[in-house]
Amino acid sequence: MKIHYCDALVIGGGLAGLRSAVAANNKGLNVTVISMVPVKRSHSAAAQGGMQASLGNSKMSQGDNEDLHFADTVKGSDWGCDQEVARMFVNTAPKAIRELASWGVPWTRIKEGARTAIINAEKTTIVEEPDVNGLIHSRDFGGTKKWRTCYSADATGHSMLFGVANEALKRDIEIQDRKEAISLIHKDDQCYGAVVRDLITGELSAYVAKGTMIATGGYGRIYRTTTNAVICEGIGHALALETGKVPLGNMEAVQFHPTPIVPSGILLTEGCRGDGGVLRDKDGHRFMPDYEPEKKELASRDVVARRMMEHIKKGKGVGDGKESYVWLDISILGREHIERNLRDVQDIAITFNGIDPADEGKAGWMPVHPAQHYSMGGIRTDRTGQTRLNGLFSAGEAACWDLHGFNRLGGNSVSEAVVSGMIIGNYFADHCLSNDINISTNYVQEAIRMQDLELDRILTLEGPEDIFEIKARMQDIMDNKVGVFRNGIELKEAVTELEELYLKTNDITVKAKNKIHNDELTEAYRVPKMLKIALCVAKGARDRTESRGAHFREDYEKRDDENWLSRTLAYWRLESDTLPDLEYEPLDITTMELPPGFRGYGKKGNILEHPDSEIRQKEVDTIRNKMVREGKDRIEIQEAIMPYELQREYKALNYRVGDRT
Amino acid sequence: MKSNARELTISILKFNPHNSNSRPTMVDYKIKERPGMSLFLALSTIREKLDHDLAFDFVCRAGICGSCGMLVNGKPQLACKTQTKDYKNGKITLMPMPAFEIIKDLSVDTGKWMNGMSKRVGSWIHTSESTDIGKVERRIDPEVAYDTFELDRCIECGICVASCATKIMRPDFVGAVGLNRVVRFSIDPYDERTDSDFYEVIGDDNGIFGCMSLMGCEDHCPKDIPLQHKIAYMRRKMVDQRNT
Repeated sequence: MKIHYCDALVIGGGLAGLRSAVAANNKGLNVTVISMVPVKRSHSAAAQGGMQASLGNSKMSQGDNEDLHFADTVKGSDWGCDQEVARMFVNTAPKAIRELASWGVPWTRIKEGARTAIINAEKTTIVEEPDVNGLIHSRDFGGTKKWRTCYSADATGHSMLFGVANEALKRDIEIQDRKEAISLIHKDDQCYGAVVRDLITGELSAYVAKGTMIATGGYGRIYRTTTNAVICEGIGHALALETGKVPLGNMEAVQFHPTPIVPSGILLTEGCRGDGGVLRDKDGHRFMPDYEPEKKELASRDVVARRMMEHIKKGKGVGDGKESYVWLDISILGREHIERNLRDVQDIAITFNGIDPADEGKAGWMPVHPAQHYSMGGIRTDRTGQTRLNGLFSAGEAACWDLHGFNRLGGNSVSEAVVSGMIIGNYFADHCLSNDINISTNYVQEAIRMQDLELDRILTLEGPEDIFEIKARMQDIMDNKVGVFRNGIELKEAVTELEELYLKTNDITVKAKNKIHNDELTEAYRVPKMLKIALCVAKGARDRTESRGAHFREDYEKRDDENWLSRTLAYWRLESDTLPDLEYEPLDITTMELPPGFRGYGKKGNILEHPDSEIRQKEVDTIRNKMVREGKDRIEIQEAIMPYELQREYKALNYRVGDRT
Repeated sequence: MKSNARELTISILKFNPHNSNSRPTMVDYKIKERPGMSLFLALSTIREKLDHDLAFDFVCRAGICGSCGMLVNGKPQLACKTQTKDYKNGKITLMPMPAFEIIKDLSVDTGKWMNGMSKRVGSWIHTSESTDIGKVERRIDPEVAYDTFELDRCIECGICVASCATKIMRPDFVGAVGLNRVVRFSIDPYDERTDSDFYEVIGDDNGIFGCMSLMGCEDHCPKDIPLQHKIAYMRRKMVDQRNT
């Protein structure tokens, strides 16, 4: 049984994992990245529309800064996020994008002079000044005050992932693909690495490291209809959960993207609407302004997805029943714009639906329906990415440090992936530099042997159930009962049914008995892990009797700050447990920079206020007014209202053109 | 609709090089076609219902990640973007892409090959400058940025390599993907390498002079990258280098 040793082990080779690996390598550590797939195939590549960073270069983003990005992110999260983390993030995002530019990411650049854009379905002329010519451009996205989403056409995630992966190759970082971590090695509150299965040979081995980072992305595949890649099964989350020590945070916070194409569920970027595309119902009527007069198609994703479903429920969708959908119309943007800035969208629509969205009028409309898209919940960490198991870190979509609260803004995902790779990657590297571990090889080999025995045990099961069917039933339950609209009755049923399914995973037969190239065996060890994640989501949703961000309860329509301004923590304490144990971690209004209020979109009057919100708002206003009178700048004022810690290189000022800091 | 669904016959090459008893064999699988069925759905159905041991690779299933290149009736293409309805007689033959190390059945190791290629051509920005990431970024002409992006869209799926006759004759040929990478960095203003530097990397028959312009790469590229045009452009520059 092989044991590999390294200073830093990174599980997952997407943007967050690779950027963390680069951070560790920069500090002279010996890093190993393991990934289930060649790293450039990671799901980060599928991010299309862009990355939020408040560069404030283009005309429509002038005056943008960290403060606006911060406020948009907090409102987007429906006040569920950690505001200090949001501050760390918005201050690092401009640096991330500039670093990526120097690593060769071909960001779309501004051309001086006049151009035509579609704003609110009207042709509008925008004039860019000569002093911004050649700087990084940005487009509009939902829930933002300024046009803040930087992009390379609609293949932004691809360009970013290749940029970071190539930097990792340049540094000769050890990257091992087609390897899957199947359990963590831990003892007495300390993580020592992972047991890893080679997906080509089936061999189990151990990777022992001073620090282990989980950056394995989201858990979308617990749903049937999802934009997520087939590898996004939440296995990384399950590894952390199964230690019994590490909780998962806000797992019920699941984002449904408004515009995946029907029926494949493949994503069409928010950039479609950001660039001026509109949603139409069966009569061709543009319905979003009826519901959201101010933000229209560009309210936050949770709001747009709900408004679409609401409209479909009124019988305004195309087609009948569950198959009903609405149209996304980008034909009004014109062929030239589409073929330059939305070409992957065009390719997807032509390939999978035979529709060229650049065709004028109805011929170009694309059928869309909300589908699972993003996991706000994840492995709970502190602001440095450290979990409750010493030496175990997490970053990116896999983690809940908690930037997104109950709803993530479009353009903040790849941005978070890279930024957390920079910030947490550095904290992770510092941990590996300053800590020593001591673990007997015997203990490590025993950890491998336990996993080998577990595979043997699965192969000896002789029950009537089929693991593929169990998986399909789980996905149907999640789609039907833990979706966009949720209620207590269905959620209760979902928890019961998922628990039954979990028990049935011991009642299966794996027909072929070989330990490698046996997809049924692979499913047989992964599906119970996925069910644990699904149970955390469903139980969290069942018990949270309020509506916040993407978590919407038909029986509790209001956001309840008085009782529910808290983060859900799900534990799986004992191997023999069949349900997660939930705890709640309150969010402290009295230290918030932006106390809870109305988001500016979504239904009004839908909040049960916490008494602290008003008190804190007054405090914040007093400090701000006083400091403004004293002539203090916005950075000094921010520091006085909510001080936060961040590595010096990332806390430094972000300069902007014309130096509008 | 369902009762009218036709039956597809999908013939797949099965072979496990890690098992000394395994011999390459064609196996036929019969499944019912569903509306809008892609090879991703067809192969997933086969693995779920008929053959748990069948190996193939999908990740994004949306034509973005480049995992699922295979030979479909002899033509290399992305399986996820292949619709079964386009095969009028309902018969589809699937084989692994040539030129790559075979893992099993339809699964080949493009990742390892692409990492090797990336290191060989230095597929990253070469610069002596250090960037202050707090400062306003360097200005890049928007058209040049767009031209760089155009070539940066390559997803390293390996289809150009599998379509390439030179690659069959010269195992060390860097492929259209490698040459495209070189062109991409040569036009990127952040990269300081000169034509003479690139000549050191691709100035031989395993590089730019090996290409016979048969255009299989461009014909099959799922991202429609103008490979031949760019290879011709680079070849002219490399000829100049050779002549100096």
